[in-house]
Amino acid sequence: MVEKRKIKVLVCKPGLNGHDRGAKVLARALRDAGMEVIYTGIHQTPEDIVNTVIQEDPDAVMLSMLSGAHNALCPLIMEKLKEQGIDDVLVAVGGIIPDEDKPFLEKHGLKGFHGPGTELKTIVEFVKNNLKR
Amino acid sequence: MTEIDEQKTLRPTKKERKEKFKNLSGIEIKRLYTPDDIKDFNYVMDLGESGKFPFTRGAYPNMYRGRFWTMRQFAGFGTADQTNQRYKFLLEHGQTGLSVAFSLHTIYGIEAIDEKALGEVGKEGVSIDTLKDMETLFDGIDLSKISTSMTINAPASILLAMYIVTAEKQGHTPDQLRGTIQNDILKEYIAQKSWIFPPEPSMRLIIDTIEYCTKFVPQWYTISISGYHIREAGSTTVQELAFTLADGFGYVEAALERGLDIDDFAPRLSFFFNSHNNFFEEVCKYRAARRIWAKRMKNKYGAKELESMRLRFHTQTAGVSLTAQEPENNIVRVTLQALAAVLGGTQSLHTNSFDEALCLPTEKAAKIGLRTQQIIANESGVADTVDPLAGSYYVEWLTNKMEAEAEAYFERIDELGGVIPAIKANFFQKEIANASYKYQQEIENRERIIVGVNDLQVREPCTTPLLKIDEKVAEEQIEKLLKIKAERNNEKIEENLNRLKETAKGSENLMPYIIDAVREYASIGEIISALKDVFGTYHEDSVF
Repeated sequence: MVEKRKIKVLVCKPGLNGHDRGAKVLARALRDAGMEVIYTGIHQTPEDIVNTVIQEDPDAVMLSMLSGAHNALCPLIMEKLKEQGIDDVLVAVGGIIPDEDKPFLEKHGLKGFHGPGTELKTIVEFVKNNLKR
Repeated sequence: MTEIDEQKTLRPTKKERKEKFKNLSGIEIKRLYTPDDIKDFNYVMDLGESGKFPFTRGAYPNMYRGRFWTMRQFAGFGTADQTNQRYKFLLEHGQTGLSVAFSLHTIYGIEAIDEKALGEVGKEGVSIDTLKDMETLFDGIDLSKISTSMTINAPASILLAMYIVTAEKQGHTPDQLRGTIQNDILKEYIAQKSWIFPPEPSMRLIIDTIEYCTKFVPQWYTISISGYHIREAGSTTVQELAFTLADGFGYVEAALERGLDIDDFAPRLSFFFNSHNNFFEEVCKYRAARRIWAKRMKNKYGAKELESMRLRFHTQTAGVSLTAQEPENNIVRVTLQALAAVLGGTQSLHTNSFDEALCLPTEKAAKIGLRTQQIIANESGVADTVDPLAGSYYVEWLTNKMEAEAEAYFERIDELGGVIPAIKANFFQKEIANASYKYQQEIENRERIIVGVNDLQVREPCTTPLLKIDEKVAEEQIEKLLKIKAERNNEKIEENLNRLKETAKGSENLMPYIIDAVREYASIGEIISALKDVFGTYHEDSVF
């Protein structure tokens, strides 16, 4: 009998912001929900993230952004993933994402947008329901 | 409801809302406190008068009867010019001190033009690359008259150098300057993560600034030993208290090792605490902090001057407690937190703006933050007597309890070999990660209620106006930087940076060399990059 493969998630902190309380709490909640979780740590450039995706082949990438750099960095990450032919990975961004920025980010293929006060189980369910493979 | 029913519900009953009542540190709170809870209490030894050892009741004898705490709103965004205008706005509305928030690229010592700064320039603080930006930031503000706090850590020595030279250009000498650099790298490794170099060279730079300021900038607070970020990263109140003071001991020990006299440098150390939701827990934290510090400085480090034992601190209300849901409710949270800080005897205070779970504060939100303090100061009467909560069975019991729990942490840190070995063993990081996860679970299980978040929710669209940072800020900043690089004496800068590197290899104080480089308009990025060549950089293993 083949054991069902665990959902593999990469939790990332792109950019210079070092406030990773949310990212760490989320990483732990996903792990407690039975997923395999890798936390990249802080200060990840788009290249760093794409390289880790290539190496680890996760089902989902969760970006935690609080600094306001999301409009600059998230589309860049999506472009670089596309360049590598990676299109079957769920990429979500959460943190402080103003409503008015969401359509722009959605256009680039980003999902999620979970903000402060979101229950962890909501995000766990979101990951389970939005996988692309 | 009939009258009889109503009487039934009002009748005192043994049944309580919860089985156990616990504060944010997990300390169980009893129904009633009595003299039995503080039976070993000794007024003179445990409290004493305000302004006297062990300072439990307050750092100064008359506290706010002399003057109110400094109202110091942390502000910075966009370009130096934009932030200069916000400072003038706050000063016009009665703010009494400045507090600079720097852009992330400045905090990490890289230029606005660096590709790692993409999307970050001016977003979370004011973008500073060279002395030119600093001159603009304080344009029209007399630096001999105002005190300025700068939230800067790894590159703190460089920003201090820029401040000194900016003041000099205004015609003021360093001994006239009053202010603080945060300069607290230990809590960066523990919590906030804005480190650059490994711990050992970072500590050297800090002790260099202490040594330099002791001689030349005697009114400057050389470190703001910070619990704020430890708390924001998810620690409990007790952890904030214990880890912050442990960092303080770390700096004292490093300065003593350099051969400095405790009574020369200790009076210029300051602290920075958080003020979170549990009112009494916060008040007791500040009281315990003063007592622990005073005792240690006297008994362990041999301080002789009262000034060296006196813990002074700045407080900021808890950013992490602000909710994105019904943001106006944050005005009430901030008021309670600010009141705890005042009743705990803070020397200066930042009250958060209600919109900060959504964006950097708009002008209106920042003004309400400041007004909150002014109302507490002028209208509530709490500032008319010193330490009004003293003598309460509960408050004294909890102050004792927090001291005892902090002491238990100090023992564990000592067992690990001190603060730096404990950082390298991920001790603090794990303790904080565990505490923050537990807190989040308590919210999700509704053991803790956050109004509007996990109870009493309303669904309404967000109508709070948001402050937007124009993407043009980065372009403008890069243009300014390139212009300065074209105009300055680049040969001289190279010479200065080479000299700085050579000195960094030895043990001489680096401050004079940093000042020389800054004066010629070397950028923070260039100076940090020169030091990286010698010191290397730091990497952590992320634990969650």
